[in-house]
Amino acid sequence: MKPFGYLRARSTAEAVRESSAHPGAGFLGGGTNLVDLMKLGVETPDLLIDISRLPLDQVGDTDNGGLRIGATVRNSDLAAHPAVRTRYPVLSQALLSGASGQLRNTATTGGNLLQRTRCPYFQDTSKPCNKREPGTGCPALEGAHRDLAVLGHSEHCVATHPSDMAVALSALDATVQLHGPDGERTVPATEFHRLPGDTPHRDTEIRAGELITEVVLPPRPDGAGSLYRKARDRASFAFALASVAAVLGVRDGRIEHAALAFGGLAHRPWRAYAAEEALRGAPATGETFERAVDAELAAARPLRDNAFKVGLARSLAVDALAELAADS
Amino acid sequence: MSQAPPPLGTPAARREGRDKVTGTARYAAEHTPPGCLYGWPVPATIARGRVSAVHTDEALALPGVHAVLSHDNAPRLKQPDDPILAVLQDDRVPHRGWYIALVVADTLDHARAGAEALRIAYETTEHDVVLSENHPGLYTPETVNGEYPAVRERGDADRAFAMAPVQVDATYAIGALHNHPMEPHASTAQWTQDGHLHVHDSNQGSTTVRESLAAAFGLRPQQVTVVSEHVGGGFGCKGTTRPQAVLAAMAARHTGRPVKIALPRRQLAAVVGHRPPTVQRLRLGAELDGTLTSVSHEVITQTSTVKEFVEQAAVPARIMYGSAHSRTTHRVTALDVPSPSWMRAPGEAPGMYALESAMDELAAALGIDPVELRLRNDPADEPDSGRPFSSRGLAACLEEGAARFGWYDRDPRPAVREEGPLLVGTGVASATYPVYIAGSSASAHAATDGSYRIQVNATDIGTGARTVLAQIAASVLNTPVENIRIDIGSSELPDAPLAGGSSGTASWGWSVHKASTALLRQLRECTGPLPAEGLTIFADTEQETSEKSPYARHAFGAQFAEVAVDSRTGEVRVRRMLGVFAAGHILNPRTARSQFIGGMTMGIGMALTEGSTMDPVFGDFTESDLASYHVPVCADVPEIEVHWIDEDDPHLNPMGSKGIGEIGIVGAAAAVGNAVRHATGVRLRSLPLTPDTLLPYLL
Repeated sequence: MKPFGYLRARSTAEAVRESSAHPGAGFLGGGTNLVDLMKLGVETPDLLIDISRLPLDQVGDTDNGGLRIGATVRNSDLAAHPAVRTRYPVLSQALLSGASGQLRNTATTGGNLLQRTRCPYFQDTSKPCNKREPGTGCPALEGAHRDLAVLGHSEHCVATHPSDMAVALSALDATVQLHGPDGERTVPATEFHRLPGDTPHRDTEIRAGELITEVVLPPRPDGAGSLYRKARDRASFAFALASVAAVLGVRDGRIEHAALAFGGLAHRPWRAYAAEEALRGAPATGETFERAVDAELAAARPLRDNAFKVGLARSLAVDALAELAADS
Repeated sequence: MSQAPPPLGTPAARREGRDKVTGTARYAAEHTPPGCLYGWPVPATIARGRVSAVHTDEALALPGVHAVLSHDNAPRLKQPDDPILAVLQDDRVPHRGWYIALVVADTLDHARAGAEALRIAYETTEHDVVLSENHPGLYTPETVNGEYPAVRERGDADRAFAMAPVQVDATYAIGALHNHPMEPHASTAQWTQDGHLHVHDSNQGSTTVRESLAAAFGLRPQQVTVVSEHVGGGFGCKGTTRPQAVLAAMAARHTGRPVKIALPRRQLAAVVGHRPPTVQRLRLGAELDGTLTSVSHEVITQTSTVKEFVEQAAVPARIMYGSAHSRTTHRVTALDVPSPSWMRAPGEAPGMYALESAMDELAAALGIDPVELRLRNDPADEPDSGRPFSSRGLAACLEEGAARFGWYDRDPRPAVREEGPLLVGTGVASATYPVYIAGSSASAHAATDGSYRIQVNATDIGTGARTVLAQIAASVLNTPVENIRIDIGSSELPDAPLAGGSSGTASWGWSVHKASTALLRQLRECTGPLPAEGLTIFADTEQETSEKSPYARHAFGAQFAEVAVDSRTGEVRVRRMLGVFAAGHILNPRTARSQFIGGMTMGIGMALTEGSTMDPVFGDFTESDLASYHVPVCADVPEIEVHWIDEDDPHLNPMGSKGIGEIGIVGAAAAVGNAVRHATGVRLRSLPLTPDTLLPYLL
């Protein structure tokens, strides 16, 4: 591991100032992914700015009935928070389906959003990877890609985003608050992560020096239920082969509100706008759900060994919607 | 032999349990002699070729870096007893991950920084890393692992198969698997002024490692001490000396300082062995009543270009079921891959997956209950050799297991048990593992205060070796176990074989038994007080254990599993599992149960989650950490029930025990796979049964 400096930030302003002053700096939250990547030589920050003790560890209601989640709130705490469990079960379930208990006790909200792909080539510095070293190529296209993307990938990168939490945030229309050298700004969770295109080294829209300070959830749509479903190779401590976050509101048999996002399929949580379009106003029937999900997954372009993900995602989503409809 | 005398057979608690849970038990990497340096091994990043240059200037200029060893300057080894130990001896790169250099520095991080600063130039040759059924390099070796003949034929298997009214002809495939013990391999080596080599090493037998290091460095065994006090698992990959021990000793000699090397997890897959992939064709021919007439088991597997290791997967078919005609064969090809080696129940684990899956297919084809089919083909004598069994508890295990599991209520029809989206099914498979035993020596000492001390260079890889050996001594000496002190884990102690082949307790135990018996006799003959230094007896069992038994000696078992398959996702979860084993006398029910459960858990991993993928482009295994190599986690492992049938077998050893370290994994994957077939109607013939493999049949 490369030697690095360590600074414990006393305020958000200081963290941002120091980060801007040190182009090679990185923010340290729980460190569950960053420290691993440093040990692998994938991340090589000159300076770690520890933001884990900043007063960003609170969860509270917003004026309009939404929820404000500090960037350093631990995944375990967030999953267990009564407001999350009762109003946003999809988020609690997504968090609890991620990683292991020990990791969730350490991982933070901001860090979870910023975790990097587990593509084996990205993690191995002895091999090419456009995300890690732009222009070197993508061995996963022909290599081990069973776990990688079927949607939105490019010839430069087929990585998937590993987070479960971020999938729920996408479906919940959360926003990400950023504090940077030029002040504060808000980015919708649905746009926070990028598609790889020809710049796969950029995972997110975050700019140099910017710090995630909080995530804000809008009020839960009236009467809508939500849930998260994930398929994986083992019962715990495994990344999603495919997952789905679904929010559904039904009135008099018709779908009033629908939000759907897939995990494990793309470089970012895949918000299923085409499916939502087909769902809204339609009768809440199995046929509707299948048609809607198919409309979304028609865009899938599986690789040699991951075509199963399309059927898996379809199955998860149709089942999740049916379950929410049955409960409403 | 009568019932084993107490305290044998009692559930004594692990002697070192407290040390382990309180963190005071020290492992190989936790010994840091004054002045200790740290080594970081450098793996090759090409799959085949040669190292044309190792540029060390930049690395050596870094702070703290003491030395860079490569084939340019590393000490020449004499006669390594295993070709994988001939590291840094020449420029050849036989596979990706092969060590080509070692950086030695004052801290681990400096060593690693040095490794990153090395510039290595290669000449690359085209590589060949993918096993296929028609690989042009396939050949029939003379023998396979365990020194069994590669080919055995009895009668005319082809003709009998062709004439059989009911036939199963199926090919099964298992990918590579890795042992991945919790504690990675580590060594701390130090040379003294008089040329004595001291090594703390994580292995399954430090007498073996001492011999190996002595051969490599041209020393007499007495000039080498290897200490392995606590070992955090091995599962076979620490059964032979591994490169870290040789590298640490080389670097310590080169620098004149103690050197510690703890292998990083990500390097393990290439340098400490793996279970090689197998492609296994089974042909079973049977009469309508289920009587087997022909058994063919033909295995294809891979080895490396460094050494020949042939997974003996067809060997269990030579002992399991009676049939007039049989053929069991192995063919192997040498690829540019890491060298395969022992992984828990080499041969039996993959071989019994295929054989026991085929038996399940045959039962379905015949319409005979799978337990009943096995009972009908339970032979009186060992089919291959004709020798009588010293004891054969298979039928008893199947019957006892079936009763305990509720097997007989089972509806044999596949895919008819739905619980909402879940498909539920049950499966059974037989298990077997041979009785191995090796000569061992031990000493028994009686002190004047009435206490005893037993010394034997056994290794505790987590099984409870100290505990059971104390029980054996106490039973002979007729004294409470607390009155026995046990010293193990150092090559300075009386020589003993490794913890491998499920033979440790039998081999070490026999010598402990013999020494204790002789000590007891002496004590009885001793009139008057003991001399102040006490009384010490040394015993070795080379003679007894080298006598060939006229009996076929094997442990047997029966595995039962219930699974639920999620028809929406293809996810398989084991709901309950029962293993019933017949393995002689069980000497310590507490530690034995733990070993059986451990083996069955590893079997769940083999069935459902574990797999190492060979990357055809790069020539390495894709899964290189415990986040991607999926060993089962607690949530994957249900309540596992273990039961055993105590056997009185006088043809084993004075304790009447068979080994139990490996049989728990044998048949477990087949039982799970058979249960998946019963649940879904889908017969998959390759492992692991991950969602992507099942899903196409379910949606």
